[in-house]
Amino acid sequence: MSDTIFLPTVSAQPIPVRQVLPWAIFSVVAVLAIYFVGAEEGATSLFHGMYVHEFLHDGRHLLGFPCH
Amino acid sequence: MVRALLIRGMLVGLLAGLLVFGFGKVFGEPQVDRAIGFETAIDEVKAKEAKGIPVLQEPELVSREIQATAGLLTGVVVYSIAFGGLFALVFAVADRRVADLGPRATSALLAASGFVAVYVVPILKYPASPPAVGDADTIRERTALYFIMLAMSVGAMIAAALLRRRLATRIGGWDAALIAAGAYLAAMTAAAWILPGVNEVPDGFPAVVLWQFRVASFGMQLLMWTTIGLVFGAVTERAAASGARFPAQGGVRPTLR
Repeated sequence: MSDTIFLPTVSAQPIPVRQVLPWAIFSVVAVLAIYFVGAEEGATSLFHGMYVHEFLHDGRHLLGFPCH
Repeated sequence: MVRALLIRGMLVGLLAGLLVFGFGKVFGEPQVDRAIGFETAIDEVKAKEAKGIPVLQEPELVSREIQATAGLLTGVVVYSIAFGGLFALVFAVADRRVADLGPRATSALLAASGFVAVYVVPILKYPASPPAVGDADTIRERTALYFIMLAMSVGAMIAAALLRRRLATRIGGWDAALIAAGAYLAAMTAAAWILPGVNEVPDGFPAVVLWQFRVASFGMQLLMWTTIGLVFGAVTERAAASGARFPAQGGVRPTLR
């Protein structure tokens, strides 16, 4: 068996969940950003007025969100 | 490692956002303009019919020009960066855990699943609509229904991915994937059947504009998810091959992919 060679067919381990968890806070930020693009000053409002809605109007329609 | 993936995801999202802006500007904006033209014409007819009653002019907070350039760019880029970041985090959890296919295939499959779950299936029930389509009085209901459909779709896709992993060891990868895909489709068909429909296309709205608007919207999303899936996978594989991103896991991963 002198010609036995090592074939690394088994991949490395997955990234441990505890390493991913601290970064999960960014998913909250991302979801908030998507909310602002998709729904702020439409069905719900964190701010008064319609400026955010009007500014993001075209993107909101074209990205598929209900707009007005 | 996760930090590197997250930054990579957001950068790839930025790239995707710029491409999507270009695509949306060329193919989407003309449809938005035509829809607004229809809306204005309808308002004028209404104003003529109700002679004497002053027309309620909506104050123009943001000009059409700004909406179609800076506004569209901001919306699309923020959306794409956010999805690029979310994509990277899901990839960090799913890679070698939910599927072990190498970074490029995992990334491509993840993006395809994201495209289907986040966009394709929800819009089959609640399609993207241009201005003038949709009653302002029902925006709350429509938004709620849209996000319910979106949440169910994403939840069902995650459940399907876990189901596939469970079944794969017993019945093989191909059958497991088919059963998981079938379960997702069955669940979403049931959801679409139960949830109420929305039809608020005004009489006389040009069918061609509606169709082209929806095709443009579809194209923008397809472009975003394709860019994220393919570029993220390619860059991650290159980083993994150089051993830079996976030192803790023993460095070199097989490059025979």
